[in-house]
Amino acid sequence: MSTVIELFKYDFFLKAFVAAVFASISCGIIGGYIVSRRIVFISGGITHASFGGIGLAFFLGFNPILGAVIFAIFSALGIQFFTKVAEIREDSSIAIWWSLGMALGIIFVFLTPGYTPNLMSYLFGNILTVSVLELWFMFALNVVIISFFAIFFNEILYIAFDEEFAKTAGLPVGFFNYLIMSIIALTVVLNIRVVGIILILSLLTVPQATANLFTNNFRKLLILSSVFAFAGAISGLFISYFLDIPSGAAIIFTLVLMFGILRLMKVFI
Amino acid sequence: MDALIKIVNLTVGYDKTPVLKGVNLEIFDNDFLGVIGPNGGGKTTLLKAILGLLKPFEGKIEFRNDIQGKKKPIGYLPQVRHIDRKFPITVFDVVKSGLMMLNGSKSSVSVKQRVNDLLNEMGIFEIKDKAIGELSGGQMQRVYLCRALISNPKILILDEPDTFVDNRFEGELYEKLRILNQDIAIILVSHDMGTIVKYVKTIACVNEKLHYHSSNQITQKDLDEYNCPIQIIKYGEVPHIFLKHHHK
Repeated sequence: MSTVIELFKYDFFLKAFVAAVFASISCGIIGGYIVSRRIVFISGGITHASFGGIGLAFFLGFNPILGAVIFAIFSALGIQFFTKVAEIREDSSIAIWWSLGMALGIIFVFLTPGYTPNLMSYLFGNILTVSVLELWFMFALNVVIISFFAIFFNEILYIAFDEEFAKTAGLPVGFFNYLIMSIIALTVVLNIRVVGIILILSLLTVPQATANLFTNNFRKLLILSSVFAFAGAISGLFISYFLDIPSGAAIIFTLVLMFGILRLMKVFI
Repeated sequence: MDALIKIVNLTVGYDKTPVLKGVNLEIFDNDFLGVIGPNGGGKTTLLKAILGLLKPFEGKIEFRNDIQGKKKPIGYLPQVRHIDRKFPITVFDVVKSGLMMLNGSKSSVSVKQRVNDLLNEMGIFEIKDKAIGELSGGQMQRVYLCRALISNPKILILDEPDTFVDNRFEGELYEKLRILNQDIAIILVSHDMGTIVKYVKTIACVNEKLHYHSSNQITQKDLDEYNCPIQIIKYGEVPHIFLKHHHK
């Protein structure tokens, strides 16, 4: 136990802990929304497309997170455009943007001279190397998400549940949808450093599935998802440290294991 | 008294394809209008146009002064099959969502009271904390009826409320509608002709065009004349056409 407490004396571990708290809250809430609305796949598309922006940033030498934000928003709009205007099936347009973003990322990274040591940490995440600036970004994101959901909780719930009915009641459905899509894009991008592009979908879906075992109340689901995300992230962080394995993968493994155990307990108890 | 809703020469549809053409219709206080017609004939399209979900290509829909404005007092019960039953939402929250247009004007205490009262009245108070996915067809329909009624609308619009519902609840539902109709106008889309002739006062036959029938007594001959290809049979009974054929 004393080794666990001693870990917090290390600066890098303290930062990782704070990052886990912020990632759990933002991914718990936004993931709860994504899962309830069945837009997991579109979120996956945006996440992977953002890799193109990271590659471009490496190539041109600016902040990779900024590149990722640009590509995430661009792909979110691109998917909407392909589906609504160009009349391509939604799942196909998601797949097109998903793979195009990844392909552009690989091309840009290939063209970048020299070695790109950080690339793996964007793909698979490394919570132990999160910077103070990134923590401030994550803090700001959490403030935005919590206030948005606190103020407009009813509107968000009613639109997510029955968009058509919300329209008949005069709610600005289109405006809210675009706003939430932007927040999803930001959440994904700002949490990339924690679990990585490849693995972030799990932070948006697994704690929610676990929470869904215990509640069908939307508000409780969002809160409980954050709690389970936090439990998984912290346990994963310790496991990663003591077994000396990659943190992102350890977090995902813990989340899924937790879900599996609780699901089985529900069968037998 | 002026018409609550006055539809003049309405052409409306999806994208650029019109589903309804040149429709004229007036709805008055205490009307109980049954909307019938073949699948794809435009029944739901008509409802969506009235609800403002579809913009007219041509013509207009006028509302009487007292129900004007963005937040029209119209209660709406959509087709239940379009609702995601796995969505994590409780019965209480679904019913409360019927008050979303009045948000801010009521304190949360009185909102809670209002929802509880209505749930009690409809006999579903004990399931208020259940998730919608756990409900039977009849309970589900009652919940959506509560959502439509909680805002005290002047007009109630129902799109096939008798799908997935057992016979006993169907009877209760229409009895409830008959009582409600003493105060509000009702527009009902149904596939069940037996229900239509039993409960509604007037009928609109919708198949690209709309033919208004000012009584609830309608014959196969009327339907043929209105170019409305549906058979007057009660669900579960043997169709006349089949019988005729059989006796030959």
